[in-house]
This record gives sequence, C-alpha cells and structure tokens, in this order.
Amino acid sequence: MSLASETRPMTRREWLLSDRPQSRLQARLGRAYMTWRRFSANRLAVLGLLILLALILVAAFADLLAPHSPFVGNLAGARLLPPGSEGYLLGTDDQGRDILSRLIHGSRLTLVVVVLVAIIAAPVGLIVGAVAGYAGGWIDAVLMRLTDIFLAFPKLVLALAFVAALGPGIENAVIAIAITSWPPYARIARAETLTVRNSDYIAAVRLMGASPARIVFRHVMPMCMSSLIVRVTLDMAGIILTAAGLGFLGLGAQPPLPEWGAMIASGRRFILDQWWVATMPGIAILIVSLGFNLLGDGLRDALDPRESGQ
Amino acid sequence: MTQAVAVENLSVVFDDFKALDDVSVEVASSESFGLVGESGSGKSTLLRAIAGLAPATEGTIRVGGREVKGTRRDKAFYRAVQMVFQDPYGSLHPRQTVDRQLMEPLAVHGIGDGERRILKALDEVGLGSGFRFRYPHQLSGGQRQRIAIARALILEPSILLLDEPTSALDASVQAEVLNLLEQVRRDRKLTFIMVSHDLGVVTHMCDRLAVMQGGRVVERLSSADLVAGRIAEDYTRSLMVASGGFRREAQTA
Amino acid sequence: MSALLTVEDLRVRFPTRTGVIEAVRGVSFTLGRERLGIVGESGSGKSQTGRAIMGLTPLQAQVTAKRLAFDGIDLVSAPAKVRRDLRGKRIAMILQDPKYSLNPVMSIGRQIVETLRRHEKVSRGEARQRALDMLAAVQIRDPARVFDLYPHEVSGGMGQRAMIAMMLIAGPELLIADEPTSALDVTVQLEVLSILDKLVTERGMGLIFVSHDLRLVSSFCDRVLVMYAGKIVEEIAASDLPNAKHPYTRGLLNCMPVIGADRHPLPVLDRKPEWAL
Repeated sequence: MSLASETRPMTRREWLLSDRPQSRLQARLGRAYMTWRRFSANRLAVLGLLILLALILVAAFADLLAPHSPFVGNLAGARLLPPGSEGYLLGTDDQGRDILSRLIHGSRLTLVVVVLVAIIAAPVGLIVGAVAGYAGGWIDAVLMRLTDIFLAFPKLVLALAFVAALGPGIENAVIAIAITSWPPYARIARAETLTVRNSDYIAAVRLMGASPARIVFRHVMPMCMSSLIVRVTLDMAGIILTAAGLGFLGLGAQPPLPEWGAMIASGRRFILDQWWVATMPGIAILIVSLGFNLLGDGLRDALDPRESGQ
Repeated sequence: MTQAVAVENLSVVFDDFKALDDVSVEVASSESFGLVGESGSGKSTLLRAIAGLAPATEGTIRVGGREVKGTRRDKAFYRAVQMVFQDPYGSLHPRQTVDRQLMEPLAVHGIGDGERRILKALDEVGLGSGFRFRYPHQLSGGQRQRIAIARALILEPSILLLDEPTSALDASVQAEVLNLLEQVRRDRKLTFIMVSHDLGVVTHMCDRLAVMQGGRVVERLSSADLVAGRIAEDYTRSLMVASGGFRREAQTA
Repeated sequence: MSALLTVEDLRVRFPTRTGVIEAVRGVSFTLGRERLGIVGESGSGKSQTGRAIMGLTPLQAQVTAKRLAFDGIDLVSAPAKVRRDLRGKRIAMILQDPKYSLNPVMSIGRQIVETLRRHEKVSRGEARQRALDMLAAVQIRDPARVFDLYPHEVSGGMGQRAMIAMMLIAGPELLIADEPTSALDVTVQLEVLSILDKLVTERGMGLIFVSHDLRLVSSFCDRVLVMYAGKIVEEIAASDLPNAKHPYTRGLLNCMPVIGADRHPLPVLDRKPEWAL
C-alpha cells in the first residue's frame, strides 16, 4: 500500500475489509461483506438471487402489477385466448381469466408455502438434530429413530396422507410438507453437531460452567447454520414442486385460488389445443425452482462451513 | 502448604482402553506442576479428568480440599479451575469475535462490568483493545493462544490447567507465551498443572513434575533433580537423552 | 564435488483475491551429496522451497527460477513427463505425517511394491523381496508381517519408517524430508532419524531436511540454511551454529527453553522489519 493511501480517510470498502475492526458492528458487517464478495463472484448465484427478489417484489405488488382480476374472468369474450392477444399477454384460461394476473397473484401462494415450510421445518430439524447430537445416549437414540420413521416414508405419499386426514387446503398442505421435510435437516444438524461437540472450543465453554442448553443454542447451532441454510435453499425447489403436486392432485390450494400447480391441473384438459394454459404456470414453477437452486449453490460456496480463514 | 489438587488412585477407562491406571498426584497451592510423557501416556487425560472433561472410572479428585465427582461441576469449581488447550486453531469458536468469547464466561457467571474486564484481560495478555472485535481467523497462532489465556483468566481462577499450550507454536512465539504464563502466575499466585512432551519447557516452567507412561506415573521428581540427573527410572533417563537432540553414533557400526 | 542440485533465484508466488503473495522470494543454493537443513518458522517459505524442487506446488502457484537444475536436467523447462519420472525414481520426498501420506486402503507392502514397479521393470517376486529387504533396512523387526498391514494398523513411528522405505526403494539420489519426525514422540523421533541418517550415508544421497527445529537440524545436518519471510537470511555450517551472525538465527537459538539453563523470562525474538527486505 502506498503512503498516499494511508493518509486519506478509509473508503467504505477498506473499512469493511479491515483486519482490525473497531466495533461489534464493523466486525459483523465486515464478515457479511466477505461472504457477499464470495457469493457475488458466482454470477449464476446472483441470477438466482435476482429471480428470488423478483418473486418477492411481484408478490408484494401483485395488486398493482396484475392487469386483471385473478378470480373473475371474461367468460363471454375472452375464453382460451392465445398468448399475445390484445390485453392478455400470456393468454387466458377456460374461464376467461388472464393467466399473467393469475401467475402474479399465485406468486404470493408460492412464497407463503416456501416461507412457512422454511420457518417450521428448518428450526424443528435444527433443534432435534443439535439436541440429539450434543446429548448423545438415549436422547439421541429416541430422536433419531423418530427421524428415521419419518424418513422411511416417501415425502409426497406422507404429505398426501396428512392432507387426506387434515382436509385439503393451502394451510394443511404447508403443514403436511413441513412435517415431511424436517428429518433431513435433523440429520444434517446432528452430523454437524457431532463434529463440533468434541472440539476444544466447546470444551472451553463447558469449562466456563455453561449449561447444556446454552452450549447447544449459542455455540453449537451457529456452526450448523451454514449447511442448513444451503440445504433448505436447495430443498425449496422440491417444496415448490411438492406444493404444486398437491395442488395438481386437488389436495393443495382449492379453486379459485391461483396456485400454480392447480393451474396446471386445470389446464391439463386442453393441453393439446390450448397448450399455454398449462405451460405458463409450468414455466413459472421452473424459473422459481431454478432460482432457488442457483441461490443454494452460490450459498454453499459463500458460507463455506469449514471457515478455513484467509 | 495447602493442597490445590489431589488425585488419588484415579483410573479412566474408555470402552476397553485404560487411559489412566491408578494414578495419584498431589499439587500444592501456587505450585507449578508438570506432567511429562509421550503420546498415549495419559497425561492429557489426567488433565481433562481433573477439569471434568473426561469421566473418572475409579478414584477421587479433590480440588481445594473438596471432592469433585462426575463431569458436571458446580459454578464455584469453574471459577476456581480453568484450562488452556493445545491447539490455538481449535480452541476458539470460529464464528465469534474475541469480544464475544471473552464475554461468555462473564455472562454465564452473571458477572457485570464486562466492558472493563475484557479490556483489562486483553491488556494483561499483551493484546490491546484493537483486538477486541476480531474473529479468530484474523489472528495469528500466538495471538489466539493469548486470547485463550485471557478467556481462562477472566473468571479469575486460582488453578490453571495447561494442555501443551505452546507445542503448536513457533519457537519464538512459544517463548513469548511461556513468559506471559510465568508473568500471570506470579501476578495472580496461580497454581499451574502443565502437560508437555518437551522436557525443556517443563523444567523451565515447573517446580515438580510427574513422568507418565502407558497411563501410569513412572516417576515423580523435582525439576532440579531432573536437571542434575538425579533420576531413578530408565524411562525418564531415555526421555532426557532424547531431548538432547540427535547424536550420531560412532561410525564404526 | 559436482552439484547434485542447483537452485538459483527460486520464487514461488500465490495469486490471491487480495494480491499476489510471494512465499519464496529468491532462494539460491547448491547441494552436493550432503545433508542440508532448511530451517525457519511457519510462513518462512521453507516447505514451499522443498515442494517447488519436488514439483509438488499447488496448481495455482507460479514457480520461477533463473536456474533449477537436478544433475544437469533443467526442472523449470522440463516437460511434465520428465519430472514425473524423476519424482520417486531419482528425487523422493518424505512428508510430516505418515497418516496422510500413505494410501489408507492399500497395504504397506503393496504400496512399496507399486512404487518400485512404477520406476523399474522387475518381476513380482523380486519386487516383493526388495520391499521386504527395504522394510528390514528401516529396522522393522518383522517385515513379512508389516508388509501385509494397512497404514492405520501401525504406529506413527512404524508408519514413518514404512514411508521412508517406500521413498527409498527406487534408490533416489536426492531425498527431501519435510518435518519427517515432527509428528512423532521424542524417543521414536531419534530412532527414525538415525535410520534416515544411516541410509543417506550408506547410499550417498543428497538430503534436504526441512524443519522448524533449529537444534534438531543442526545436530543432524552438515549445513543449515535459515529462512525468514521467504528468503535465506543465513547459511552456516551446522558445527558453527553457536557463532551464527544473523540476529534472527541467534534469536531462534536463544528463545528455546533449555534443560538446566535458568533463564526467566526467556529472551524473545525482536523481529526487525529490515530482515524481510
């Protein structure tokens, strides 16, 4: 570094990259910035992030963006119009509803499913796995056999059983998917915990007299987060597909809700003559799933759990 | 002289492996005691058993006259006994700043005044407040070990267990850390129990030492005796010879 | 004495996100059939020097040298195949931890045989016999038994002997030993060193002994290079070490606790920025 650069005030970038942070905030931001730099070096991952941001924006401003009502169509004059028709960019379905508007409103349902599943399944898996891994012994045995039982069923079949028992509907679909998707997270969290629990830094915390709960929640779990976030993100595509699958089978969102899977199901009847009715929601599912997968890949590199240092 | 730590007939068995076999050791208050041996001798296991990190199968451990049992100890124990580990790269939480790692023991014991204590601890181990918000990966090996020492000292213990605290460090850094340890021991009248494979380090740091082999104590002697060659056991002698460095045998063989 | 190895202005650079890091910055020395020690602390570039000669530098690193010649063969410009053939056959390397450098799923004997057959056309029976002889030469008492063992079934000292046997089976002329005994207990350390010493002397090999332990190296080698921040700061005959001139060498020698020397506090190394210039 030249002398000149030392005399002028630090740029924001230098402040973030500083080796000797002066405050908690700077340390945290610096770390976040390094993660962001690793993440943004991967262009596909940034593309995935952009897709996700676009989904969130579309869902937030659905009322403003949608040119037509998602529920009420023009049965008289606009049934099954092809894409590019006057006023209907992506065409209309059999009830004369604008497909674009339905897709835009459907993004809310997709987002709700994804977010609810993530905030139910991930913490459950994390807690079960970390507690099992740290406690060991019979607690581990009981929790992990429970996990194995859930893992033994095919996801969709188990979800179908739950929905059948709870009744169809988007909330029940979310619950069913969440119940079936936590076991892999528990396995991951347990595996990470096992590598961490015998490390010297955990021994040091034990020697401070910290309670097992404190050790698990404050010291072990943060070490499981990276791999869990990556896994959850990569699973999002599967969750969207499962939700769509339930919708397709008529067990998820009920008509007239513009859920993408249900839209495909209703378009199936005229797939040969009016292909766009089923295809457009299919493309939407594809793009969002792809976005989550790209994002997950990028996060895997950026949140390197091994943290080798520089 | 009062006893800081007394271990009697201690055995530690992992599955089928007997890591410690009927070991007895007494360490006086404000004494510096060394445990010497090669890998598998049980020296680290003994230290971990005293700390409650390894389960005692048989025998008793007394700390400050009170018997301690099992691997869960009360808060008073943890305020009296702290430990510094061998690997400075493994003993600090990789995702917590120095500040957070030093705050944690204070939070666990409900000690206030964290700000001042942390700055004082950093100062005591020769790192300024500039190190307070760094992550471990922003520190060198020697600096990490200083942080580990600060973390152990922040609860103001009377007994410090040292598990090869310098064996992962470069020689010049080792000298600095050993000097620091001697300094804090003098200032705080600490009792040291130090594990090492390096006789040079142990005789430099400790008044008395126990030589261990295969889970047993082979010989107990003072550093002065060791230096003067007043050694009773062949094994101790062979360690002593080995630490003298490589000697080329007569080229006739 | 003709030089076995000539190194002139060797540089190893690692490009990183934040700029190029030069791990080795212009190292020059020649080696005959002698024992040469390279000593330094972590980050001094001592290991990278050894690896660069061996051709084992990580892919992203750039290695340059005015001259890097082994027995008249220019290693910098030599094609990959020539270097590969040299490696193991005429130049061999022993690494710190046998646990990581032996193949865990192959028996020790087979690894030695494979190494031999890669470099020489010998029959299976003869290869086995030579491997057994080699195991006996590194003072393994029951070579036939150890031959069939897997690396995880032997102790650290035994593993390192097996490693030495494997490295010396093809009869290399230059051996690079990178901290060969640091992972071993002190008593085992000396046994392994004396085996190494005997073999190197008997076979007239050149030896480069890379270590952080100045005392150990000086008791084992004829000549010592002291490295600091990627450069050689002092070259000295091992017997002459007490008269070392460079303050870094002297500091390194001084700061170690010695049995019987009552020095409190220990002298510490006062690193001068000009050493790294």
